[in-house]
Formats: sequence, structure tokens, C-alpha cells
Amino acid sequence: MIDSIVPILIVTLGAGTPLIFAALGELVTEKSGVLNLGVEGMMLVGAVVAFITASNTGSLWLGVGAGLAAGTAIALIFAVLTLTLQANQVAAGLALAIFGAGFSAFVGKGYLGMALQSMPRGAPSLLSGVPLIGPILTELHPLVYLSWLLFAAVSWFLYKSRSGLVLRAAGESPTAAHSIGYPVIRIRYLATLFGGAMAGVAGAYLSLVNAPLWMEGMTAGRGWIALALVVFASWRPARVMLGAYLFGGVTITQFFAQGSGIGFASQAMSTLPYLATIVVLVLISRNLTLIRLNAPVSLGKPFHPDR
Amino acid sequence: MRLTLEPRLAPSARMRWLSPLVAAALTIVTGVILFSALGKNPLLAFHSFFVAPINSLNGLGELAIKASPLVLIALGLAVGFRANVWNIGAEGQLTMGAIVAGGIAIHYDGSGALLLPAMILAGALGGMAWAAIPAVLRTRFNANEILVSLMLTYVAQLVLSYLVHDPWRDPQGFNFPQSPLFPDTALYPILLEGTRLNAGALIPLLAVAAAWVFMRKSFLGYEMRVAGEAEEAARYAGFSATRAIWVGMLAGGAAAGLAGVGEIAGPLGQLLPTVSPGYGFAAIIVAFVGRLHPIGILCAGLLLALLYLGGDAAQIAINLPAAVSGLFQGVLLFYLLGADVLVNYRVRVVREDPHQRRAAAA
Repeated sequence: MIDSIVPILIVTLGAGTPLIFAALGELVTEKSGVLNLGVEGMMLVGAVVAFITASNTGSLWLGVGAGLAAGTAIALIFAVLTLTLQANQVAAGLALAIFGAGFSAFVGKGYLGMALQSMPRGAPSLLSGVPLIGPILTELHPLVYLSWLLFAAVSWFLYKSRSGLVLRAAGESPTAAHSIGYPVIRIRYLATLFGGAMAGVAGAYLSLVNAPLWMEGMTAGRGWIALALVVFASWRPARVMLGAYLFGGVTITQFFAQGSGIGFASQAMSTLPYLATIVVLVLISRNLTLIRLNAPVSLGKPFHPDR
Repeated sequence: MRLTLEPRLAPSARMRWLSPLVAAALTIVTGVILFSALGKNPLLAFHSFFVAPINSLNGLGELAIKASPLVLIALGLAVGFRANVWNIGAEGQLTMGAIVAGGIAIHYDGSGALLLPAMILAGALGGMAWAAIPAVLRTRFNANEILVSLMLTYVAQLVLSYLVHDPWRDPQGFNFPQSPLFPDTALYPILLEGTRLNAGALIPLLAVAAAWVFMRKSFLGYEMRVAGEAEEAARYAGFSATRAIWVGMLAGGAAAGLAGVGEIAGPLGQLLPTVSPGYGFAAIIVAFVGRLHPIGILCAGLLLALLYLGGDAAQIAINLPAAVSGLFQGVLLFYLLGADVLVNYRVRVVREDPHQRRAAAA
């Protein structure tokens, strides 16, 4: 019994991890009042830059760092457009998604189909002594642990720290936050860049850990699923974790389908994450009170301090 | 001394039309800089990207073939975008239109004359049906149409993949995942001998006229515009938000479905695992760059079609990855959104400290 559950658990935790990074990053961005629909694009750029860096340096962590930096850099384009130049956030987010797909395909051309040397995982071996779940803990990638750390940090920051309170104020009532002297635009810049950084890490996880290779469009909609997860979670970090692992579980059905060869099963299974996203969105969104109570009031609305 | 943005009293009509031109020019400049940075001769690269592809009759035909789906879909999307209905799943609706029309072409064996009209009708309905799902989920359950229509794009592509891998695979196709070639009666007739330009290119032209009449002359089009520009006013006037969503989604779905028929009954002539090189997404850019206006969309569609052709040509002539056209599409939209700031704001050079200025004014 345990023997069959352990691998499934490990794969599920692994599949949920990129969603956690991307969705928690987007959660912080949205809490500040900025709706960045470009998660998919930021993940793709993070994935390709991480892969190129890791395959040239042989270092997993340099790759992750490069993915983080790349995600931040392209989030900066979005931030300049929407926060400084007051562009429509929906349009700019779509632009980011399209640009990310094009940019990553362009710079990744020379790396298509190249496999990465297997990286040392470096999971702490002393964890194997933990009873019952020891074998799971040692099998997990360090980035899985970092995603848990990120969850703890984001939860603490948003709800226990003063800065988190200010960030939420910028998302709820930017005019009020501005009038008592908080730099709303700067807060939103930082939150947007943080979202980009985390999407970059999520992309790096996909191209370095999940399947160590680069493929055009390899995120396969995970960036959009992460956006749906934030709605599903009604903007609460703990529910993001729950949702990410639920979706991780749904995604891995594809692995089992692939074992059965090309046929109806394979494609039908592959549609599951997308159909599940739609079902979940419907179930959550139909509850208008839940959405109204939890969504940041000024989400997606531009704010200009001089007006 | 620093630059600040000062809100204009009214949006500048001149800048609204200037900004796409500025964006296009900046994109070309960026391209030339990028080519130079990659060690290519920028003049040669510019020529092989933007001039050589349309230097011949055949090239112009190819331009029209690429521009057709872009213009058609963008016109449909613009109807929704004007009312803030964000259908971004046109790629999936295109795929579904191609599937339904392709199914008819594969299974229909009556006399030829009705085959193509049946495919056109079925393709439009297929696209509309696929767009109706996000519409109903949005109007009944408030589910975000952006995410739902996008998720359905992946689903449609998987359905197509299944069909061409299994039940609709050409038995004589050496196991390639593709349907049999359609009979000639399932294809748009060629308009210009020596090119691939076919009668399917007339549909976007008709659609430009239809969209213009709809947006400018019909009451429903007016309602949609008010819904997008002044939500409160639309509600006060009793314009139905539900209807705006339905009209917006269905217009985009029908246009995308027709574009799907245009691909399989035009240049492709059969169903393949992928029937569109991202036309459904590029059309979003076309709609924005064309300012959601039919004539603007026609021009923007030709520009984006040229980017596609240039990408292919640059791959052959100067060995650049064809993905460069996707990169340029994104860059173009970035520049447009950036330049649009000048529609609502003017740039002012401020010499003194702004706080002092405000104090002096008070």
C-alpha cells in the first residue's frame, strides 16, 4: 500500500510546486491591486533563461537564480507600462504572455531538445530517519521545501507584518493609502516584480527539475492555471497550497496516460487540468459574496496619484 | 527638471491614430538593432524581412492568405473588446471551426456544390459553440471568460490531436497524424492563377464592411460601445450586460471558426495536428493595433501578416529563427501600449519642484 502511494505523493508534490511559486507570486501582486495576466509569459522566459544558464554553467542554483532574475526583468516591462504609463492591465498582461512565448521560443532555439546533465538534488539525507514519511522527504527536491518556506513567508508577510498591511491597503483603497502618505505606485511596483520573480522560479522548476529540457510552450498553460488558482483560493495563501496540490494531482494523470500509448486515453487525460480549472472557476465564481469579500477591491484598476 | 505626465482634458484623437504608427516604427527600429546585435547586416535583414516577401505577385498572395485569418478574427474579437468582453480563446474557436468543417469534408460524399457552403456554415457554428461555453459560464456563473476561453483552447487542440492521430487519420498517410486530403469541392477556388490566393480571402473583406456597419450604424453596436466606454451609463440606459457578453463572444467565435475553415479549405487542404500558427493570439494584437476599428484592423492585419512572412523569409535568407516574428508581435504590442499613454496624457517638462508648484497654486 505505502509502496504505491509514496511515488504518487512525490510526483504530486513535484507537480504542484511550480503552481505554488507562480500562484503565490501572483497572489502578492494581486493583493497590491495589480492584475498581471502575463504569468504564462513570465514562466516561459524564466524557464528558458534558467535552462540556458544551467546548461552553460552546470549549476542548478545559478539556473534558478537566472530564471528569477529574468522573470523579474520582464515583470518590470509590465510594471512600467501599467504603473508608470497607465496602460490597461488586461491588455498589458496579454502582451506579456504573447511576448514571453515569442521571446522564449526565439532565444531557446539553439537549446531545443537538448537534455540537461542530471543535477545533484542535495536533499538533506538526515531526513531519511523520519519515521513513515522519511522516504518521501528525501526524494523531494529542495525547491519543494523552498515553496513551503515561501508559503510561510508570504502568509506571515501579508497578515502579520506592517508592510503586508500597507501592501493590502494599496490593493483595497489606493486613494486612502496614498492620502496617508504611502507610496502606492512603488508598493505596486515591488509587488509586481515579486510576482515576476516567483513566476521565473516556477519556470525554472519546470525546465530544470520537472523535465530537465527546453521545449517551446513547455509551461502548457500552467501560468493561466496559476491565475485561476488565485481565484480558486479566494486570495488566501493556504488555499493556494491546497489548490496547487489538487491540480498537481490532476496533472500527473497524464503520466499514467502516457504509459498507455497514444490513443484516446492520452489526449482525454491531458484535457483534465484544463477542464478541472474551468470547473473550479465556475464553482468558486458563482459565489459572488465570496468573491466580493475576498478579491482586492481595486484589483486591475489603475491608480494615478495626481488624479 | 524632470518629465511628468499631465492628464489631457479629453483623449487626443490624433494620438489615437498616431500611436500605432509610432509603435510599428519603433518595432522596426528594434528589429534593425536586434539584427545588428546578432551580427547580421541590418539593411539586408530589413530587406529580407519586410521587402523580399512581398516583392512578387506570389508574395502578395501569401500576404493576403496570412492576413485573412488575422483580420477576420480581429474584427470578431473587436466587437467584444469594445464592450470589455475579453475573448482570448480565438485560437481554440478557430481549431473547433476547423474540426467541425473538416469532419464534414472527410465524411460528406454527396455532389460537390454544397460541400464548401456547408463547411463554412459548420465552421462558423463550431467556433460559436466553443465561444458559447465561456459566454454561458460568464453570464450564469460569473466565471472569468479570459481563463475559461483560454483553457478551452488547450482542450480544442487536444481534441484535434486525438482526431488526426486516430479516427480521422489518413489510411494512406504513412502513419503521419493527418487527415486525408480533402476533395477539390471542399476547397476555396483559387482567385489568381500562379498564387495560392483563394476566394476565402474575400470573407475578411466582407467582414470589414459588416463590422463597420455593425459598429457605426446599428443600435446594438452602439450599446456595445457604451457598455465598454461607460459601464454606468450603459446600466442606467438599461443596456443588457448579458447581451453584450453573448454578442461579443459569439462574434469572436464565428469569426475564428470561419478563419479555421479558411485554413483547412485554403492553404492546408486537410486537417493537421495544428491548423494555425497562433493566428488566434496574434489577432488580439491586430485588434489592439487596429484600434478596434475595421479599417485599422485591416491595416494592422496586413502588418502582422508581413511579420509572419518576414519571420519565415528571415529563417531562410539570414538564418534567424522563425520565432522572431512571435517576438516582434509582443514587442509591437508593448510599444503600442506604451505609446498610448500619449492619448490620455501629455508629457510636460517640469522645472521647479512640483510640491512648491502645488503650494503656489493653492
